[in-house]
Amino acid sequence: MELLSSAVEILARWDVILALLVGSVGGVLIGAIPGVGPAVAIAILLPATFSMDPIVGLTVLLGIYGSSMYGGAIPAILINTPGTAVNALTTYDGFPMTARGEARRALSLAYSASFFGGVFSVVCLILFAPVLARIAPMFGSREIFLAALLGLILVVIAHRGQTLIAGALAFFGIFLNTVGLEPVKYSKRYTFDQSWLSSGVDLIVVVLGLFALSQAFYLLQGEDEKVRLTPLRGGLFQGLRELSRHPRVAGVSGAFGVMMGMIPGVGEFTAQFMSYTYAQRSSKRPEDFGHGSSEGLIAAETSNNAVPAAAMVPLLALGIPGEALTAMMLSVFYVHNVVPGPQLFQNDMPFVVALYLALLVLNVLVLIFLLSATGHLVKVVKIPNRFLGVGILTLSFVGVYSLRNSFTDCLIAACFGVFGFVLKRLSLPAVPIVLGMVLGGIMEVKLRAGMARVKTPLDFIDRPITMILFVMILGVLALHIRYVLIERRKLKEARWSARKRSTRFGMQMFRRRDYLSTERGKKVREKRSKYVPRSTGPRSPR
Amino acid sequence: MTEEERRFKGPVRGQSLFAIVFVVASLLLLSQLGSETRWAKGTQFFAQPRFWPAVAVGGMALFGLLHLRALPRKRLRRADLVEWRIWFFALEWVLWFLVYVMVVPVLGYLPATLIFVLLLAWRVGYRSPKMLWISAGFAVAVVVVFKTFLQVRIPGGAVYEYLPGALRSFLILNF
Repeated sequence: MELLSSAVEILARWDVILALLVGSVGGVLIGAIPGVGPAVAIAILLPATFSMDPIVGLTVLLGIYGSSMYGGAIPAILINTPGTAVNALTTYDGFPMTARGEARRALSLAYSASFFGGVFSVVCLILFAPVLARIAPMFGSREIFLAALLGLILVVIAHRGQTLIAGALAFFGIFLNTVGLEPVKYSKRYTFDQSWLSSGVDLIVVVLGLFALSQAFYLLQGEDEKVRLTPLRGGLFQGLRELSRHPRVAGVSGAFGVMMGMIPGVGEFTAQFMSYTYAQRSSKRPEDFGHGSSEGLIAAETSNNAVPAAAMVPLLALGIPGEALTAMMLSVFYVHNVVPGPQLFQNDMPFVVALYLALLVLNVLVLIFLLSATGHLVKVVKIPNRFLGVGILTLSFVGVYSLRNSFTDCLIAACFGVFGFVLKRLSLPAVPIVLGMVLGGIMEVKLRAGMARVKTPLDFIDRPITMILFVMILGVLALHIRYVLIERRKLKEARWSARKRSTRFGMQMFRRRDYLSTERGKKVREKRSKYVPRSTGPRSPR
Repeated sequence: MTEEERRFKGPVRGQSLFAIVFVVASLLLLSQLGSETRWAKGTQFFAQPRFWPAVAVGGMALFGLLHLRALPRKRLRRADLVEWRIWFFALEWVLWFLVYVMVVPVLGYLPATLIFVLLLAWRVGYRSPKMLWISAGFAVAVVVVFKTFLQVRIPGGAVYEYLPGALRSFLILNF
C-alpha cells in the first residue's frame, strides 16, 4: 500500500498528467494515420524528451506506444489498411464487419478488447512486480548476457522466411555499436582516422534515419490513395457488453499478450498469432474467422494491447529491450542516468509502479477519448500520403538536428534513411539493426564482466538462471532448425508437384522411348508370369 | 515463376543487388579488421577490443553470403533495373532534406521551415491554395510546438543578427 501511494505521488504532478494526455491522444492520432506509426513518432520526439524529467519523458513515449494500437484499429477496420503494423490481423475480421454495415460495432469491440488487454496486462504486472523484484537481483552479468543473446536470437528467428538477412542485419547493428573509441582500452575501432567517427554512431541518429526519414522518403516516392470512409451508425458502448460475452477468449488472449510481451524479441505478432489460433480452435463457429468474427477481433486486439506493459518488464528489470520501441525508450533512461536493471527494481520500485500506473490511467484516458471523439477522429485517415511524407521529413529535422546541431548527424541520418528506404522497398526488416546496436552494447559489457570470474567455459552456465537461459537458447535454436528442415521438405515436395514436362523434341523422344520400353517390359513380364507347361512333344497314344 | 520465387517473402526484384552490395561491404570491412582494430596484449580473449568487431563483421559476411545463396534468383533482370532507379530517385528527397538542414542556421528555423514545407508541398503536387495554406499552417505549428514551447536546441538564424535588439532576442529564443 505504501508502495502504491509513493507511486501515485510520483504521478500526481501537472506535467506528468499533461504528458499522459498528450501521449495518449497523440498516440491514438498517430496510430490512426496509416504510414506514420509509433516508431516514427517516438524517434522524432525522443530528443525533445531528453530535456524533460525521466517520468515525464517516459510517460509521453509510453503514451504513444500504448495508445497507438488503439488508433491503428480505426483504419484497419474502416479501410482495410492497418494503422500500425500490429493491427494487420484486425483487418481480417474488422473490415468484413464494416463491409456488412457493422463498422461501429467492430470499432466498439476493438476499443473494448484493447482496453481489456491493456488493463489486464497492467494489473498482472502490478501483481507480479514483487515477484519480479525478488527474481531480478539474481541476474548478474552472465544472466543478462545470456538473456540479451536469447532476445537477439528470438528477434532474428521471429522473421520467418527472412532469418538469414535478419541475422546479417542484427550483426550489422552490433557492428555499428562497436564503431568509435572502445571504452576500456581506449583503442579506435573502424574509425578510418575520421574524427567524426571517434564518438561512434549515435543510436538516435540511426533510429531516426531507419524509421522516420526512410518512411518520409517512402511516402514521398509513392502515390496518394483515395480513401472512402463508411459512415458510422449506432452506439459505441455495445462493445463492452459484447466483450463480456467472451471472457475466455479475452482472458486467454490477454495472458498470451503478457507472456509474449515479457520475452524479449517476441512481441505482438506471436501473441496475436497464438491468441487468434486459440480463439479459432476453441470457437463454436470457426468458419466465421476471417469473415467478420467478433471472437477473432477480440483475440487480435486484446493480445496486441497486452504487450506494451509486458514489454516494459525486460526493459525495467534487466535493462534489455525486446523491440525497437523499448530500445528507443532505453536511451531516455541513459540520458537521465537512470540505469534500468535489477538495481532499479531493488532501489526505485515506486518509479516502476508509477510507470505501470501511468499505463493504467492511459488506457482509461484513451478509451474515454475514443468513445467520445471517434466520429471526428476517423477524418485523419484521409490525410494524403505524400503530404504525410512532407510532414515527417520536416519533423525528422527536429529530431536529428536538435541532438547536437550537427550537419554530420543529419548526413548520417539521411544515409540510414536511404538504407531504410531500400529495406522497406525490399520488405526487409530494420528492427534487427536497432536491437543489434542496443543488445550488442549490453552483450559486450556483460560478457567482459562475466568472463572475468570464469575459469572454464562450463563455469559460465553453472548457476540456475544461466543454465535455464542456456537451455532455452538451445531449445529455440533446435526448434528453428526443425522448422527450417520442415520448410525445406515442403519446398521439395512443392517443387516436385509443380514440375512441368519439357516440350523439347529430344525430351519428347526420350519420354517416348521410355514409354515404349516400359510397355514392352510389361508385356514381357506378363508373358513370363503366365504358367506355360513344358512342351513334351506330341503325346503318344496309350 | 519458380516455387522458390513464389515462396519468397517480399518482392524478388532488387534483392540480388542489395545482397551483393551487403556481402561486398562486409568482406571489405572484414579485410580491414587487422588495421582498424587493435589486439591488446595481456588481455583476455573476450575482452579484446577486436573481439566484438570480429564477431559482428564475420557474422555480417557469413549471414550475408548465406542469404545471397538462398535467394531464389541471383541473376539480374530488367525488373531489378527499374527497382534501382526508384532507389536512385529517392536521393532527391535526401537532397531536399540536406539543403533544409543547411539553410536553417542561415535563415532561421521559422522562415526556413515555412519555405521548405511550401516548396516541397508544391513539388509533390499540392498546388491548390487550400493545401498551400494547410502546409504553411503546419510549418508554423511545428516551429511553435518544438522551438517556442518545448525549447528544443535549434540555433537562431544568422539573418536575425541584422534585426534590432529586442526583436532579435525574441526571434532567436522563440523562432
